[in-house]
Amino acid sequence: MRLPERRPPTNLIACDECDLLQRPIALPAGGWALCRRCDGPLYRYAPGSLDRALAFSLGAVVLFLIGVTFPIMELELQGNVTSSSLYTAVQQLWNDGLYVFAVLIAATTMLLPALELTVMLSVLLALRMWRTSTWIPKLLRLLTLARPWSMVEIFFMGVLVALVKLAHMADIVIGVALWSLGGMMVLLVATSASFNLRHLWEQVSPQ
Amino acid sequence: MRPSPSTAKALGLYACHTCGLVSRPAREGASSCGRCGSSLRFRKTNSIERASAYLVAAYILYIPANVLPIMETQSVLGREENTIVSGVAYLWHSGSWLLALVVFIASIVVPVLKLLAMTLLLITAHYQSGWRPLERTKLYRLVELVGRWSMLDVYVVAILAALVQFHPLATVTPRSGAVYFGAVVVLSMLSAMAFDPRLIWDPTQKVSRTHE
Ligand SMILES: [Zn+2]
Ligand SMILES: [Zn+2]
Repeated sequence: MRLPERRPPTNLIACDECDLLQRPIALPAGGWALCRRCDGPLYRYAPGSLDRALAFSLGAVVLFLIGVTFPIMELELQGNVTSSSLYTAVQQLWNDGLYVFAVLIAATTMLLPALELTVMLSVLLALRMWRTSTWIPKLLRLLTLARPWSMVEIFFMGVLVALVKLAHMADIVIGVALWSLGGMMVLLVATSASFNLRHLWEQVSPQ
Repeated sequence: MRPSPSTAKALGLYACHTCGLVSRPAREGASSCGRCGSSLRFRKTNSIERASAYLVAAYILYIPANVLPIMETQSVLGREENTIVSGVAYLWHSGSWLLALVVFIASIVVPVLKLLAMTLLLITAHYQSGWRPLERTKLYRLVELVGRWSMLDVYVVAILAALVQFHPLATVTPRSGAVYFGAVVVLSMLSAMAFDPRLIWDPTQKVSRTHE
């Protein structure tokens, strides 16, 4: 990578939300540094290990696969039983000709979460094996782009609201996928608690 | 005395939006980040124009999202079309006041406030207002935080439609209102992403810029 006459980046941080330049300070583990002017989050000190982050994200991948393919819940009404997984729900929307709706659901609950998990896992694996690699920055940029559109936690809340709405009309058996998605959310939080993007960027940095 | 605070832009430094690296541009003109390769800009390009375009589209689609039914319930009692408002009214009349309140806030209050908040942010940023920058930044942060959660309703409809398939007894089918509602959520998220919150602070910076 060519390095033209750039001033060394070492000791300054610009707030993402108000652009104020500040010097980083030492933080306790898990602590956040906030902007002096706008209280925006600047960075967090996440001292966790790469191995732990890897373990958490591998677990999240397994739970995600279960969460997508296994039934979310089963409904019984006067002897009739229906059950649905995330995958079959999207399939059914597509077959009913609700293409935009099906794509919206599939993208935000399956495709982008899958992308997020794959990218995160490959970055962690690559760092574990080679310390640094030229395509890691590209992957990290992809991760930053995908994150806001990956909405498993909102889908999870949606299932809970649907549960409340259906509880009075039918008997409900909660499926293994709902627990898996819940567990996946916990592991995702644990993964991002044991590494953070800014820290990764510093490892990737050519300096 | 402490020197007055400076922004990266005021010192001619680029702060990379992707990786956070603060660097001096190599030469005049376009530059890319030495660490992650993202193109460097002082502010998001055409931030106000792009954010406004998404916002206007969101306002327009907000009308069909609320007027058109989001789902259709078919049962032995007949066919019923539910809009977002009628869903809340139904919950209210059936006595589930707490749930009615939750759904009312999530699917009516939050989307409206989000559109109004983005309007306020865009207008004040366009006129380079120096009015209450801290509060406006906090408003922006709130919009970014809760914006995605309006997708809740879209998911509820999808789950109900997937599960309630008891053919003669009861079926639920999604209707186009839900798609428009989803589109409003996506468009207002795009609007918030296109907006550059640093524009809120730029007018306050002009005064102290002479320092340094
Ligand atoms: Zn700030
Ligand atoms: Zn960068």
